Amino acid sequence: MRKAPPRFPKGRFYVVMKDRNGEGAWSQDLLPAQGPRARGDGELRERLVEMRGIRKSFPGVQASDGIGLTLARGEVLALLGENGAGKSTLMNILAGLYRPDAGEIHIRGERVRIESPRDAAALGIGMVHQNFMLVDSMTVAENVVLGQRGLPFVPDLRAVKRRILELSARYNLSVDPEAYIWQLSVGEQQRVEILKLLYREADILILDEPTAVLTPQESEELSAVVHRMRGEGKAAIFITHKMEEVMTFSDRVMVLRRGRVVAEKTTADTDPKELARLMVGREVLFRVEKAPFTPGEPVLELRGVSATDDRGLPALRGISLSCRAGEILGIAGVAGNGQRELAEVVTGLRAAKEGLVSINCVETTNASPLSIIRRGVAHIPQDRNQVGAVGDMSVAANLAMKGYRSRPLSSGGIIRPSRFRDLARRLIELFKIATPSTETRIKFLSGGNIQKAILAREIGACGSLLVAVYPSRGLDIGATEAVRNELVAERDKGRAVLLVSEDIDELLSVADTIAVLFEGRVMGVFPAAEADAERIGALMAGMEEGGKRT
Amino acid sequence: MELVTSILAIAIRAGTSLVYATLGEIYTERAGILNLGLEGIMLMGALSGFATAYYSGSVALALLAALAVGAALAAIHAFLTVTMRANQVVSGLSITLFGSGFASFLGQRLGPISNNHRLVGLSGPRIAPIGVPGLSELPVIGALFTQDILTYALYALIPLAWFYLYRTRHGLNLRAVGEDPQTADAMGVDVFKVKYLATIAGGALVALGGAQLSLSYTPGWSENITGGRGWIVIALVIFAMWNPARAVWGALLFGGINAVQFRLQASGTTIPAGFLNMLPYLATIAVLVAMTFWESLSKRIGAPAGLGNAYMREEK
Repeated sequence: MRKAPPRFPKGRFYVVMKDRNGEGAWSQDLLPAQGPRARGDGELRERLVEMRGIRKSFPGVQASDGIGLTLARGEVLALLGENGAGKSTLMNILAGLYRPDAGEIHIRGERVRIESPRDAAALGIGMVHQNFMLVDSMTVAENVVLGQRGLPFVPDLRAVKRRILELSARYNLSVDPEAYIWQLSVGEQQRVEILKLLYREADILILDEPTAVLTPQESEELSAVVHRMRGEGKAAIFITHKMEEVMTFSDRVMVLRRGRVVAEKTTADTDPKELARLMVGREVLFRVEKAPFTPGEPVLELRGVSATDDRGLPALRGISLSCRAGEILGIAGVAGNGQRELAEVVTGLRAAKEGLVSINCVETTNASPLSIIRRGVAHIPQDRNQVGAVGDMSVAANLAMKGYRSRPLSSGGIIRPSRFRDLARRLIELFKIATPSTETRIKFLSGGNIQKAILAREIGACGSLLVAVYPSRGLDIGATEAVRNELVAERDKGRAVLLVSEDIDELLSVADTIAVLFEGRVMGVFPAAEADAERIGALMAGMEEGGKRT
Repeated sequence: MELVTSILAIAIRAGTSLVYATLGEIYTERAGILNLGLEGIMLMGALSGFATAYYSGSVALALLAALAVGAALAAIHAFLTVTMRANQVVSGLSITLFGSGFASFLGQRLGPISNNHRLVGLSGPRIAPIGVPGLSELPVIGALFTQDILTYALYALIPLAWFYLYRTRHGLNLRAVGEDPQTADAMGVDVFKVKYLATIAGGALVALGGAQLSLSYTPGWSENITGGRGWIVIALVIFAMWNPARAVWGALLFGGINAVQFRLQASGTTIPAGFLNMLPYLATIAVLVAMTFWESLSKRIGAPAGLGNAYMREEK
């Protein structure tokens, strides 16, 4: 295959290397690839992307309201904004998935119309979507070549595999080209996504919240890959709502709010605090205010609980925990170590194979979800779109979904739609859910607003125990703050809260007691006041208290 | 030995139309389109094939006519389900109802005046079985070589269909569209084009299966000549787990049951025909049950994940 010759930005020092076959020359930036470049450098470099006056509206939402954006070769631009600020919409337009209502796009100085992802790919634009674009039942190699231009009628998959191995060695992205996607972990799937772009030699990369699903270590690897690609003269735009990522990944940052650009800064000239203020439009409290810890009687008790995951493999191995009234019990752990199964066993969605679950001293082991709900247990599930809400039903119906069985929402088995609406209006007001109306189908809301709606419904139904699984995952600062405050408010009202989170800072600031899960076992339980991030991190990685790995 | 050979020969002849239709439907479903219009398309294929052969005297023209009619009916289904995003089940069923009714109507109108405008009871050109010299005399496998040209074509078509689906660029696109249209679209595959082409080509193959009935297996036109084969094919696609290479086994099984039925009835058996007719469906149920038990396996061989869903780019 013919490769385009590498292009080097001016004013930098490069060494050019070749691999053993003498093909695939690549370059390495000799200057340290850390930190942003001097201001004004952008003027010297080729302008890869320029978007002007981009507008796009969806029913009831102006997602992009005249946004302009530029990207130079060898630059990493961060698009920072809350959920629903219009970041993904803007990038979906650049990637050809959405068509703008108005505005111009120039690529390498030429005005272009990007009508489809195929057009975008032809212009060297590639996007790693938040929900990975991979066909589960196909292999890595098949996914990599899918839809590629100039692919021969009978693709030589062995050559494809060789090239994938080459690329994965060069960028340190190890993955088995013959594995099926469904066999891979989320981190590996992301590597496949990046390999796909590298394989296509895209030089404009769009990464939509790339670290949302990664462990801290995987994030670091990703950062190294991005820096390496930048060194090769590629450019990247990445979407995020995390300030730390902006600081470590980017040269320049653009802050969006409600479909408009509110600020554009060189990363070196700003700090997380300023960015947070710009993004939310007000000062943000990073600490959560809470009343002193005065625990009451145990509400939830687990004794030696074991359960299996969806594939029938052991997920919980003899868990014993207790959560008291007025206590937030934080469950720490890397995703996939039994957290989801734990929450499901407590809420009756998954059968326990062994052990005992009791709520307020009544045994509820393998009781039906309805009987557990009637004991006052509320659940904010991990998967808010599949389990938490019915996408095609209205906001009002979704909000009424727990209380519809009884007065005032229904009487004598007949539901009362006008009371659904009253309830919805009250909750929308109270929880500041941004929705065009009570009758809007909930799937049209942003992730943060769907989560707020679930929270509103569940807190209304919560009598004694609230089980919250990754409640702030994928949410922006404003929504995260609101969710955390609500959890603490429930605790202060004397309810027990089981909070599953992979964000150590969240656990340290919100939880009263922290339990660490690793491979379905409790590695340790201790008061949050005595915990520190390092100790939790070590336990999450399976290190015993003495520093030994189990 | 002769009995086995003759049962196998009938099984293959009876199975040929099923294999064509199954291959057609596999291609359609691989693109995520469920076409329940099979029964109607097969009937229309049988009718248009026979009528064309009767008037033109050309079997080749007859086959072309059947292909065209099948493609046209499937194009209606594609338009309704892909462009208009109508419910695939409703659209497919209405094509079956339309096709069956229209075929029956035409069967009473297209015939010559001498036959009171009816096609029923006429005999026209047919595709005769041709024995391959030498090979057709072999015991048992000789049955493979006393078939008509459509069956011989299948011997090449089945491996080609498999190769096309699993080894070519088009096959890769097709599978991706059926599994995950959003991903296929994002990767630059023209989802609409693939869906249209797969549905239309699939419909043409299904109609060819119908034409094989009226031109070879039971030459001539009769009401409901397919005898529910269109529905059997829907089960066969599941039985084949959407793999062209496996389509042949299900078709042989169903064809074999047909053949055994002939033989048993001729010998005056006491096993009711209904019982034998039920067996293939029982086998299908068994496969479905086995597939749910075998969940990890079904991820690789199961139904295309996007089967039955309409796709629109900007919908969440």
